[in-house]
Amino acid sequence: MRVNIINKNGQAHVRILVKHPMETGLRKDKDSGKIIPAHFIKHVSIEHKGQKVINARCGVAVSKDPFFYFKVNDVATGDSIKISWEDNLGKAESKEESIA
Amino acid sequence: MQVDLKRRLFLKGSMAAGMATVAAAAGLLTPNVVMAAWPQGAFEAKSLDNALNSLLGSASAAKSHDIKIKAPTIAENGSVVNVVVQTTMPDVESISILAEKNGNPLAFTVDLSKSVDAYVKTRIKLGKTSRVVGVVKSGGKLYSAEQVVKVTVGGCGG
Repeated sequence: MRVNIINKNGQAHVRILVKHPMETGLRKDKDSGKIIPAHFIKHVSIEHKGQKVINARCGVAVSKDPFFYFKVNDVATGDSIKISWEDNLGKAESKEESIA
Repeated sequence: MQVDLKRRLFLKGSMAAGMATVAAAAGLLTPNVVMAAWPQGAFEAKSLDNALNSLLGSASAAKSHDIKIKAPTIAENGSVVNVVVQTTMPDVESISILAEKNGNPLAFTVDLSKSVDAYVKTRIKLGKTSRVVGVVKSGGKLYSAEQVVKVTVGGCGG
């Protein structure tokens, strides 16, 4: 997961890029003809100083290698921003950064 | 030797998977405790109205000029369509993005706390030319804005 946070006058512009196949469960493998099982991110959240401010849920229609952009208000230098995601197979990742 | 090693790895892998299933069944692994529930009915709904009803309890969203939806009018590649939904409305509780002509229209929904701008940008897949609808829940009511995105190559095919 790549995270880019820019502090613009107390507003954190948070850009998130996750490497993930986002398989719909509808596609067929071209060689074997078998259906590729669904594998997609269901949850994305942002915590600001331990407080959940963004709670996003995705379906299979979110593009492969998902990108998200949110704007969190009332931030100060040194505040922690924690970004987490979790997919339908229970795989998850978190990243904590402090605001510059 | 090589084959046998692979067999060992496979057995090991399937045992680990089996144990994870058992742990999940016993309630030891409950990832959803940390994350709020995933609205399965809404994401699996086959029509825009059903998805909205299931997600937000109503399918009647008033069109609003205070919501801006930004998406390309023509998408050459339906598998990556940039969508921005933003609004100047107060007390925004959630923003959802739906593509009417997708098999399951609901693509993305986000609950926002008061300390977040009512702004979201992401990328979605469009199977074919479709209305893309941004639905904002503000003060308990639903508002929407939409744009037609013309797709020349679909993003859901095999």
